[in-house]
Amino acid sequence: MIQLDHVTKRYGGFTAVDDVSFTARPGRVTGFLGPNGAGKTTSMRIMVGLTHPDQGSITIGGHRYHDIPNPARHVGTLLDASAQHAGRTGREVLRITAGTIGVGRDRVEEMLTLVGLDGSEAKRRVRNYSLGMRQRLGIANALLGDPSVLVLDEPANGLDPAGIHWMRGLLRSFASQGGTVLLSSHLLHEVEMIADDMVLIGRGKIVAQGTKAELLQTRGSFARAEQPDALAAALREAGVEAVTSGDQGVRAECDPVEIGRVAARAGVVLVELRPADGAGLEEMFLQLTAGDAREQVGASPAPQTDPSASTAGATR
Amino acid sequence: MSTTTATPDPRTTLDLSHTKPISFLTQLRVELRKSYDTRAGLWLLIVIAAFAALGMAIVVAVGLTQDDFEPEFGTFFSTTNYTTAVLLPVLGIMLVTSEWNQRTAMVTFTLEPRRTRVVLAKLVAGLLLALVVAVVATGIAAICNLLYGLLSGDGASWSLGEVSVPGFLLLQTIGMLSGFALAALFLNTAAAIVVFFLYSFVLPPVFLLAAALLEWVRDIQPWIDFSAAQGPLFDWSIEGEEWAHLAVSGAIWLLLPLAIGVWRVLRAEVK
Repeated sequence: MIQLDHVTKRYGGFTAVDDVSFTARPGRVTGFLGPNGAGKTTSMRIMVGLTHPDQGSITIGGHRYHDIPNPARHVGTLLDASAQHAGRTGREVLRITAGTIGVGRDRVEEMLTLVGLDGSEAKRRVRNYSLGMRQRLGIANALLGDPSVLVLDEPANGLDPAGIHWMRGLLRSFASQGGTVLLSSHLLHEVEMIADDMVLIGRGKIVAQGTKAELLQTRGSFARAEQPDALAAALREAGVEAVTSGDQGVRAECDPVEIGRVAARAGVVLVELRPADGAGLEEMFLQLTAGDAREQVGASPAPQTDPSASTAGATR
Repeated sequence: MSTTTATPDPRTTLDLSHTKPISFLTQLRVELRKSYDTRAGLWLLIVIAAFAALGMAIVVAVGLTQDDFEPEFGTFFSTTNYTTAVLLPVLGIMLVTSEWNQRTAMVTFTLEPRRTRVVLAKLVAGLLLALVVAVVATGIAAICNLLYGLLSGDGASWSLGEVSVPGFLLLQTIGMLSGFALAALFLNTAAAIVVFFLYSFVLPPVFLLAAALLEWVRDIQPWIDFSAAQGPLFDWSIEGEEWAHLAVSGAIWLLLPLAIGVWRVLRAEVK
């Protein structure tokens, strides 16, 4: 279990992490979601003692990281897959860690197999690794000490869809054995795929947290109409909160049947009518992202999650 | 999201009773391994040995061709001082900066958050490597001396001459530590190397010149010129006030950067 209590970290006038509190529970995969620069990495660095918080405290399994003897035997960490000596082979990177934390070389081979780095790949120098291979190596490195807690910063970054699928399986089985997993991502769909619980962070502050089911729960309805503006106006007149959204779309805080009635009365032709899918979180996330990520500006909020689009938007 | 913390659930509380902390010896072994398990590190060690051998080969050649120069064991041995004096500091620098350039410090300090122990292990690893270099250099010196004895037909002289073994070891140690200190101070290979060469090769003539021109510099020069202060270590003629010169100039050029550098590494936010 990872517990953050009112953690704050400032850099000069900039507050990178602002009074953040949340708990990553055992047996669950907790997704730490936010746009780049929202404070995810800083929070995770504070967890493992690489950065000192100005205020607040973090405990992992009831202990401060610094007080855990040989911490990698309890807490597996992957903070930056590229932070490995480019001149070492993949196997050597793991052997260095194994030597430090006191696990055998057979464990190194076991982990290489687990993350799918074969013999010839393990012999290559990290300089020649793709980002996806570095992530796999980093996950192997985190798992070497057979920890019960995992802290992974953007582990899916650079993995192809098959790789993300593989990681989901790996982290699921880790959690199902009672392990605690905290993983960060700047992509909603990644977290949606992998996590049970979600913590949404923007500009250093927690803006939402809960189980995936709670956060992605259907709220309101979505309709497309020939005259979306007229429909939205009619809905508002009927006392329903409604906004136009995307291509001829209207999002309203009511059941679909209510939209149908209003549309019928107003004489607006509907093209599509259905419950909105996880719109609340999606839109909150897009709002958070819009201000920070230039590539998102101008794009109207997409009504549906488009995995290929968000993967393509992965920067770094 | 309220979680019960009153009852110690084995799933929420880590049981640390069976975990032993990482021993210093383990950390030392790992730090030694890191010094040669990359191409850069391995080649640096090879180059140090090659330079030592090259220096001595030149001595053999000169000894064979010049009648008035008869090298003995001490002559070969002492050439090591010049070749390794350049490269041992680089070794000390690389021990520290490779972690920062390659950002592996992030992993290292996550595996062992007690950074003092990591830094100490690196320092001891550096000293051990300096010792290894000294032993290898001695071996090469012995081979060259034998070779010279055979080729010249005069037989080898095993006299150390003016060279002092403790002086030699101390000089090697100081060289390695100087690099280590500057590396910790700058956490950047290039900066540390440039500053090291500035202060060990550019500063001494500047001191000499300034001392020749300015009287007040002449008075303090022995106290601040670290290179000059190391001079009498070579033949172990060092005595009395010279020790004080070595201590004071060493405090300025070695201990001060080392202290600030280590303090910096211990406090730094590792990125």
